[in-house]
Amino acid sequence: MDKQLLTKIEQVGYEQQGQRAASFVQSGDAVLESSVGQEQPLVLMPTGKAAARFPELVEKYWWKAVARDTDEYTAATAAAPEEQGYFVHVKRGQKVAFPVQACIFLNQKGASQKVHNVVIVEDGAELNMISGCASDKEALEAEHLGISEMYVGKGAKLTFTMLHAWAPGIRVRPRTTVLVDEGGTYISNYINMEGAEDIQMNPLTRLTGEGAVCRLNSVLVVPKGSHMDVGGRVMLEQQDTKAEIITRTICLGGEAINRGTLAGKAKGVKAHLECHGLMLSEEGYISAIPQLDAFTNDAQMSHEAAVGRIAPEEIEYLMARGLDEEEATAIIVRGFLNVNIEGLPSVLSEKIRAALDSFSLHK
Amino acid sequence: MLRVENLSVAVEDKLILRNINLHIAPGEVHVLFGPNGTGKSTLLGTVMGFERFKVLEGKIYFKGKDITGLPCNERAKLGLGMMIQRPPTIRGLSLRKMVEICGAAPAEVEELAQLMDMENFLDRSVNEGFSGGELKRAELLQLMAQKPELLLLDEPESGVDVENIALVGKAANRILSDKNHAALIITHLGTVLQYVPATHAHILYEGRITCQQDAPGEVLKCIEKDGYSACACKCCISRCQESQCGGVCLKG
Repeated sequence: MDKQLLTKIEQVGYEQQGQRAASFVQSGDAVLESSVGQEQPLVLMPTGKAAARFPELVEKYWWKAVARDTDEYTAATAAAPEEQGYFVHVKRGQKVAFPVQACIFLNQKGASQKVHNVVIVEDGAELNMISGCASDKEALEAEHLGISEMYVGKGAKLTFTMLHAWAPGIRVRPRTTVLVDEGGTYISNYINMEGAEDIQMNPLTRLTGEGAVCRLNSVLVVPKGSHMDVGGRVMLEQQDTKAEIITRTICLGGEAINRGTLAGKAKGVKAHLECHGLMLSEEGYISAIPQLDAFTNDAQMSHEAAVGRIAPEEIEYLMARGLDEEEATAIIVRGFLNVNIEGLPSVLSEKIRAALDSFSLHK
Repeated sequence: MLRVENLSVAVEDKLILRNINLHIAPGEVHVLFGPNGTGKSTLLGTVMGFERFKVLEGKIYFKGKDITGLPCNERAKLGLGMMIQRPPTIRGLSLRKMVEICGAAPAEVEELAQLMDMENFLDRSVNEGFSGGELKRAELLQLMAQKPELLLLDEPESGVDVENIALVGKAANRILSDKNHAALIITHLGTVLQYVPATHAHILYEGRITCQQDAPGEVLKCIEKDGYSACACKCCISRCQESQCGGVCLKG
């Protein structure tokens, strides 16, 4: 792996010598690493290879959560001659102690990278994934299409943490659907502090089993020149399912659209959506679009959206304790981004904290 | 230590304070009485240097230095520290970190927090969901770390129970245990006098200081008996006549 690539993917969570159960690195179309640590209870391999090896799984899981013909991007990815991306499979009852890391790097000008990721966490199993996506400065006018299908079994738990650092000039179209069965938990943490020319994603989580839970946390920093249309949809399809969507957006002059949709379709569902935006620039905009759909008479669903600037009295309060205006502003911004992300192994929460702490207004 | 000369202050173009003169020497503890909306918080905020208070006229000197135009962080560095009556919430910043920002070493934070019964709040966001008493204790915890030479307290007793006022008094006395430190305390009801050894009292009425005395207890009695408007002049005059205390009647 060349040094420049390594530096880039380290910024999105990759660790060469870290405590990782398994690692996958793809640059362009080439798989640079696909390895599983000794005695780790999981399977990880390139999706194409997995499809050839496990036809019965293809039958059950491939293009079942995301339909091939959902849109032009899924169709283009499905039609690609060779299947790219990663496949992770944790069997029934297995708990993977260390995170599994997967990095996808975009390295060529004008490239169109199409990946199809499949993650299966069977009943009672647990998996922590850290997925990093980044691109080379040279990769202009390139696009990344990422289809992810994830299956969380009964009583299983999947924590999926995504750190994105795309260069300007990249178009990104993730298409993700997660199915969570009875008593299962899905936690998604999406952190993008670099922006990208154009991101549009609205991943779908379907709580298909009774008592399933999901929590989607997103932290977005939108610099000038970036268009980020990022959302999350949760369908609460079974009784007593719970969902929470929390988004923090900082606009530094780009265009930010935060969508959030919660649909309660069964008895006893509880869901909350919180979308806060901070405008730190005279340019750009934040558009917060929360949506709640209730289909039962006992659905408990709420949302809270707030967009604004930093309150001057907060800055003065910190200044009265001796900080200068710039330090005070930086502390408030970091605090704003400091979403309480629970249930993460310390190695991941430290990684996220480091990413948030490194945030500077004067990039 | 603090000298306020002919100070007039406006908030959003409305004149709030007129021609204020005030002198606080090291070791003195001054209380500022006055009805609601009379400008007490404006005076403290102006001394601290909050931007929404516009000085139209006059000067503020601290330790001989003209600080009228200084931003509040510079004033904090010089030794001014203020307890704000309704402090804002700073989400995502822990109280622990805040106390460190105020100047406490990490090891010292727990010890100070114990004094204010705030150990369980250290890892919560500053002021988030705090009750009235918790807000005051959090403010005093920060000020104990900051150790200001001039302590400014804005209604430390408002909205808190007796136990919390006692804790506030304990913290204030700790800061004032240095004999060169001084304080200016806004009080609406005067309860704080039971906990802090006040040496001087002022009445602020309709934007002017109408009474200055070195007997805070007497002034409070007078206010309780006659109300602010009547006593502002009366108590000064009667005390001056009785004892030549040096009190100054500034009304009329």
